[in-house]
Amino acid sequence: MIKKTSFFALLASFLMLLPGTYATVSADEAMVAKGKQVALDRRKGNCLACHMMDNGPLPGNQGPPLLAMKARFPDRAKLREQVANPLTFNPFSIMPPFGLHNIISDDEIDAIVEYLYTL
Amino acid sequence: MRMFLVALAATAMAIGGLATHADPETDRIAFQKYYTTKFPSVPRDDFQNGIYSIDKVSREEWMEIEEFPPYELAIDAGRDQFETPFANGKSYSDCFENDGAVRGQYPYWDAERKEVITLELAINECREANGEKPLKYQKGKIAELSAYMSFMSRGQKVNVVIPTDDPDALAAYARGKEFYYRKRGQLNFACIDCHGSGSGNRVRSEMLSPAYGHPTGWPVYRSKWGAIGTIHRRFGGCNRQVRAASFKPQGREYRELEFFLTYMSNGLEFNGPSARR
Ligand code: HEC
Ligand code: HEC
Repeated sequence: MIKKTSFFALLASFLMLLPGTYATVSADEAMVAKGKQVALDRRKGNCLACHMMDNGPLPGNQGPPLLAMKARFPDRAKLREQVANPLTFNPFSIMPPFGLHNIISDDEIDAIVEYLYTL
Repeated sequence: MRMFLVALAATAMAIGGLATHADPETDRIAFQKYYTTKFPSVPRDDFQNGIYSIDKVSREEWMEIEEFPPYELAIDAGRDQFETPFANGKSYSDCFENDGAVRGQYPYWDAERKEVITLELAINECREANGEKPLKYQKGKIAELSAYMSFMSRGQKVNVVIPTDDPDALAAYARGKEFYYRKRGQLNFACIDCHGSGSGNRVRSEMLSPAYGHPTGWPVYRSKWGAIGTIHRRFGGCNRQVRAASFKPQGREYRELEFFLTYMSNGLEFNGPSARR
C-alpha cells in the first residue's frame, strides 16, 4: 500500500516536473493541506474541539487559541513535541498525546506542524 | 506509568486528598468546595441540575422542556411495572418499602456481602428472589422502574454512609475514587479532567458539567438517546468517548464509581428523573 505522505510527495514531485504547475502546488503546500485536513478531521486531530484556530467552526476553549505560531514557537522540535506528547511539558495536560498513543501517524504529525506554522 | 502516578497524586491533591490515604469526609469537603469556589454564583442546591446549573443558555431551553417532561411516560410505565404482581403473587413493594420511595437509601455499603449495592442492582435482585428474570441494566424496563422510584423519592437527601471502621468499605471507596482520577483511553482523559478542571469549558459547542451533583438526577431522558437511561449507561458512554473500553453496567467498577461519586454529592437532594440534551 502506498502511504498517504509518499503519495503526496510523489504527486508533488510529479507536478514539479510539469512546467507551470510547479509554482502553484509545491511539496510544502501539499503538506500544509494534508496537515489541515488531519487537524480538522474529527476522528483524527479534532483540534477544534479545544482550540480556536483558522476561523474553524464551533471551536472549544479548553486550550489556547492557535495563532502566530511561527513567532511563538520558533523551535520546531518543541512544537512537534507539544502535538506528539504534551505530557512532556505538562504531565496533567488534557491534550491527547497524539503521537505517544498512536492517535495519528508520525507523518501526519509532521504535516500538522507544517500547517500550524501557517497560522 | 510514573508520570501517570505523579499526575494522579497532584490532581487528587488539587481536588481533595490522596487516593491512598482515603479519608472520605475530608475528600468530600474539599471536592464540594472546589465547585462552590469555581462557580460562586451557583446556589449550592442548583448543582443537582448538572450542566444547567452553569450553562445559562441551555438552561432556558431545558426549563421549557421541563414543562412537558419527556420522562413522564417512563414514570407511568415504571409505576405499572411496580404495581403489577410477579408470577408468584408478590410484587416490588415486598422488596421496597414506602411504595418504592427508597432512592435515598442507595447506593449503600453492604458489610456482609462486602460490596456496594445500587438501586438497579437491588431491583434485579428483588426480581430474581421472586423467580423473575433479571432486566438489562442500561435502558428500558429497569430505567422505567428506577424513574418511578426516583420520582416517588424526590427531595430525599443524598446521604451515602462510608463506615470508616470497615477497611473493605474504605477500599471500595478508594477504588471508586481512583477510577475517577485515572487517565484512560487512547485520548488519555480522566473523568476529573472533563468534569473537574474542565467543567465550565467547552468541547466544541458543548459545555462540560461539574461533577458535584452528577448522580442526583438519574435516570435521565436524553434527547440524544431518545429514551431514558441509567447512570451506568452514561458512565459507559463517557468511557467510550475517550476511546477507552467501557465496563459492565452494575459490575464492581461502576458500582464503586457510583459509590464515590454519590458520596461526593452528600447533602444535595435526589431529583430524578431528569431531562438532558
Ligand atoms: C482535549 C483538548 C485538546 C485537544 C483535542 C487538542 N489540544 Fe492542544 N492544547 C490543549 C491544552 C489544554 C493546551 C495547554 C497546554 C497543555 O496543557 O498542554 C494545549 C496546547 C497546545 C499548543 C501550545 C499552545 C500554546 O500557545 O502554548 C499547541 C501548539 C497545541 N495545543 C496544538 C494542538 C493541535 C495541533 C491539536 C490537534 C491535532 C490539539 N492541540 C488538540 C488541549 C487540547
Ligand atoms: C472528554 C470529556 C469527558 C470525559 C473524560 C468524561 N466525560 Fe462525562 N460528560 C462529558 C460530556 C460532554 C457530557 C455531557 C454534557 C455534560 O453534562 O457535561 C458528560 C456527561 C456526564 C454525566 C451526565 C451529567 C448529567 O447531569 O446528565 C455524567 C454522570 C458523567 N459525564 C460522568 C463521567 C464519568 C464518571 C467519567 C469518567 C469515567 C466521565 N464522565 C468522563 C464529557 C466527558
